[in-house]
Amino acid sequence: MNIVVCIKQVPDTNEVRIDPVKGTLIREGVPSIMNPDDKAGLEAALRIKDKNGAKVTVITMGPLQADEILREAFAMGADEAYLVTDRAFGGADTWATSSTLAAAISKLDYDLIITGRQAIDGDTAQVGPEIAEHLDLPNISYAQEIEIDGDEIVVLRQYDDCSHRVRAKLPALVTALSELNQPRYMTPGGIFDAYRSKEVIKWVRDDIPVEDENIGLSGSPTRVSKSFPKAVKEPGMKIEKSVDESVQFIVDKLKETYIL
Amino acid sequence: MDFRLKQEHLMAQKLFREFAINEVEPIAQEIDENHRFPEETVAKMQQYGFLGIPFSKEVGGQGCDTLTYVLAIEEISKVCATTGVILSAHTSLGAAPIDVYGTPEQKEKFLRPLISGKKLGAFGLTEPGAGTDAAGQQTVAELDGNEYVLNGSKIFITNAGKADIYIIFAMTDKSQGTRGISAFIVEKGTPGFEFGHREIKMGIRGSATRELVFSDCRIPQENLLGQAGRGFGIAMGTLDGGRIGIAAQALGIAQGALDKTITYVKERKQFGRPISAFQNTQFTLADMATEVESARMLVYKAALAKDTQKRYSLEAAMAKLKASEVASYVTNKAVQLHGGYGFIQDYDVERMMRDAKITEIYEGTSEVMRMVISGSILN
Repeated sequence: MNIVVCIKQVPDTNEVRIDPVKGTLIREGVPSIMNPDDKAGLEAALRIKDKNGAKVTVITMGPLQADEILREAFAMGADEAYLVTDRAFGGADTWATSSTLAAAISKLDYDLIITGRQAIDGDTAQVGPEIAEHLDLPNISYAQEIEIDGDEIVVLRQYDDCSHRVRAKLPALVTALSELNQPRYMTPGGIFDAYRSKEVIKWVRDDIPVEDENIGLSGSPTRVSKSFPKAVKEPGMKIEKSVDESVQFIVDKLKETYIL
Repeated sequence: MDFRLKQEHLMAQKLFREFAINEVEPIAQEIDENHRFPEETVAKMQQYGFLGIPFSKEVGGQGCDTLTYVLAIEEISKVCATTGVILSAHTSLGAAPIDVYGTPEQKEKFLRPLISGKKLGAFGLTEPGAGTDAAGQQTVAELDGNEYVLNGSKIFITNAGKADIYIIFAMTDKSQGTRGISAFIVEKGTPGFEFGHREIKMGIRGSATRELVFSDCRIPQENLLGQAGRGFGIAMGTLDGGRIGIAAQALGIAQGALDKTITYVKERKQFGRPISAFQNTQFTLADMATEVESARMLVYKAALAKDTQKRYSLEAAMAKLKASEVASYVTNKAVQLHGGYGFIQDYDVERMMRDAKITEIYEGTSEVMRMVISGSILN
């Protein structure tokens, strides 16, 4: 079985701020990490490999420094790694990104493609489903459980208030949630192998069978009108008291916050 | 000369840092308070290959180098010196002597499970009457047929009771002095091998420190490590490596205390300002940071020397002397800058200051380090 996992290097948004004037991310000095949903996707692929045997290939589109997350994937247990990198691909929106990645993946053998649900720097959740469309594959988003059943995949798909168990014939594409699993750590020996004996294969513009009008900034129809920090929604609180005590509790809370 | 870490070392450092923050730090305070050996952390370290970092893949290791091992001990000790010493004693004292002096059969039987399986290692040299004067061994091993019979006791043994495989030193020929000492591999569970008194310690309280008692303990002749009569050299050579591990532990403690203090002084306000705004705080931190960095240079240099030089006793001794004294100095200043809060358990620097002291004592005191260093430069 061949599994292709799409991963992306992103700034660690726990430590990133937005430029109040330009409305763009301040990336200077912010550490880069493997996007958490993608890492869960990679872990899911590695668990299928551990259980059923599989070849796990990771692919990313990005600048040369994205090499680091591919080495990290090697150190976790991935077998092959591709870095799609060229100035011609720069400035891509989700359309251009998915066009490029789908064309690159079309050169690989795959039974299953896993992407993260969304990247923490863009939060679009579009690239995975778009790749499925480009490659004419069934797509199951928001996977919180993945299981291989013969030549089919069974996915528990998360909704706000319920879950669906969905079955699809392979090949298929699944987008993974970070809640899917707890990704494994790298091993020290895996890290040494990743840098000393494994090779990241670089693909440039001419290696990818994709039309010019669908790549890079010029192939990107999206225009950003405004960027702003997301308002953090605090988790709710469950009160398990008698009715009278609960009322008193709520009144006290409202007074505490000067609403009453 | 390039002082930058290579990419693989940087990524290994990132791995150890993540592991330390996620798995080790959350229980550091609790295991200290309860004097509890962190079995769950040892199991996780086994799972991810941390117990075999500097050993070759042929014997089941990770195929990394001493610097990677040092980075592991440093990052882990930044948040928990107890976990740091468990890993250091296992790697440098329990596993390394088998790697260096063991036969192919011994490596297969004892080293492989230590560094790629579920076994933990320990080392027994110190006795009530043989501390710095390690040559004064009273434990004896007599050859009887094809077995050695061990009698005697060892004290202050790290990982005692928790470890599965022990490197034990005993006199095989008292008339020969240090040339009469031999090294043995003894498995937990061997009849006549018991664990005695459990020490209550000032620091590294989660680590197991106990007495080993041998009463007519019979071990197969093939468990002799190296040649008979060469045990003292094996002990000293092993301790050279162990000192690099302890130096890394001390470096980690110092860096950890410095990090906590930097965070604290920016938050703590007095006279309407964060105390980081005062020059006393700034200059103290500057001295602490400079001391930590100088210790780091010596520790990393010793790690490189171990992998590239035939002898590295001098580098290991300098690294341990400097790093352990820096750990005591920096943790002391860290407590001072925390004021009253530094003296109570809620802040980690209280534990770090207690943990630092042992690094000036075990695997050769600072005085022994000075003997090694002066012996080398006057030679």
